[in-house]
Amino acid sequence: MKRPGQPAVRDPGLQPERTRLAWRRTTLACAVVAVLAERPALYGTLYGRGSAPRIAAAVLVALALAGFLWVAHGRIRALAAPRPPVLRPRTAAAAVGCAVALAVFGVALVR
Amino acid sequence: MTGVAGRLRAAAAGVRLWWTPARLREEGETPDYRFSLANERTFLAWLRTALALVGGGFAVAQFLPDLHRGPRVALAVLLLAVGALCALRAVDHWARCERAMRRGEDLPVSRFPAVLALAIGAVAAVMVIAVAAGWADR
Repeated sequence: MKRPGQPAVRDPGLQPERTRLAWRRTTLACAVVAVLAERPALYGTLYGRGSAPRIAAAVLVALALAGFLWVAHGRIRALAAPRPPVLRPRTAAAAVGCAVALAVFGVALVR
Repeated sequence: MTGVAGRLRAAAAGVRLWWTPARLREEGETPDYRFSLANERTFLAWLRTALALVGGGFAVAQFLPDLHRGPRVALAVLLLAVGALCALRAVDHWARCERAMRRGEDLPVSRFPAVLALAIGAVAAVMVIAVAAGWADR
């Protein structure tokens, strides 16, 4: 981490910055998928007639997106260091878990 | 038989690798952090590909009301399933690349990109024919 009065060690290839932006792009992709999943929950074109399953679907999709944003935000903060630590396998698996959860909701909800 | 059992065992070891950072760190030497970051960006690029496929599945399910139910559901489920597979394969490939870098081995090679490209090409070709032949019309 940068301390006041001490010059920051900058990576000449801007690797941490590029990786941070890659996480940001991925959160945007995840947000698009979540919006596509929320739409039928709110308008009720796919999810059956009752309101309870629609609300449950809307909440689960929101939780998947929130989980992904939380994981990505933690990693983006870690990447602010000039020599960031290696990505933890658990973080990678959690991000993938959110994406897979969205796919599973989609399969469960397609009619 | 041993081939299948060995593959299953290797797959189980791979899944354990995702969840236990200590295990990954025990092996070999820490590579240059820039290589690890490059591996991480490749993982994220694959994850975005997976998310694009999942989003495509949701879009097919919602925005093709003129398509008959059968092909619509089949195409949507296919896209969602390939998206999930692509995401799972992304983390697996990331972990195996990280381990190979620590051990100083060659990076793992895979047929997955070629298979995915052929599958997407095949789906696109079928859609072109379907639209040209008017199968999508009611």
